[in-house]
Amino acid sequence: MRYLTARKRAEGKGASHTGTEHHWYMTASAVGLAFLVPVFLFVFGRALGQSQEAVIETFSHPFPAILTALTVLIGMRHFAKGAQMMIEDYARGTMRKGLVILAISISYAVTAVAFYALAKMTIIGFILGAMAH
Amino acid sequence: MAEAKRVERPLSPHLQIYRPQLTSVTSILTRITGNALIVGVILAVWWLLAAATSPAYFETANAVATSWFGDLVFTGSLWAVWYHYLAGLRHLIWDSGKGFDLPTAEKLGWACVIGSVVLTVITIVLV
Repeated sequence: MRYLTARKRAEGKGASHTGTEHHWYMTASAVGLAFLVPVFLFVFGRALGQSQEAVIETFSHPFPAILTALTVLIGMRHFAKGAQMMIEDYARGTMRKGLVILAISISYAVTAVAFYALAKMTIIGFILGAMAH
Repeated sequence: MAEAKRVERPLSPHLQIYRPQLTSVTSILTRITGNALIVGVILAVWWLLAAATSPAYFETANAVATSWFGDLVFTGSLWAVWYHYLAGLRHLIWDSGKGFDLPTAEKLGWACVIGSVVLTVITIVLV
């Protein structure tokens, strides 16, 4: 006879083995994105279709740059975990591991490229601003 | 009683016999829109990278981003992001333990479908 309570026997046996941590991250990031996304759509939509100078001008300003960095960072973490949920529903074994790693890698790569682009546009904007004076 | 008569039972819920309902279809759409958004995000970030790189690279990326293909991806992504947004708010309502009765759940489903189209049109007009 095992002297284990019902709770002890159930602990760690959920599908995720990590409790509700994953779900809670999706909830918290969803609330953050609910504030970020509408503003980002406005800023990005305005910039799309403009000249390169105008695009650099827009994203070299602090608010659009920080807003875009935050939206991409939180959006890509939200995507990585959301895609992982989908993959875990449909794929098994090595295929599952491979696809989850791919989703995580894509989301980090996209985030890094966005940060690089924003940093470079900030520097170009700074140089152009200095030359104008 | 050893030879219990086996009854042919349908395997439920199975996609082939599962009657599509507003609640199930809107739930599946949440997953599809959320994951499909990666396409629009990659195009947008590539376009930002090109803008930060050189005039020639920007010309290439901008030509793609503002072509019929770019319009298709960005307009589709715009609807997808609004749909996913409203469906996400619906999940926040459900997480609080409210809105599970069928009339409310159906209303929330229609709110996602109609609301996403309305918000897409408003965004295109405003931006």
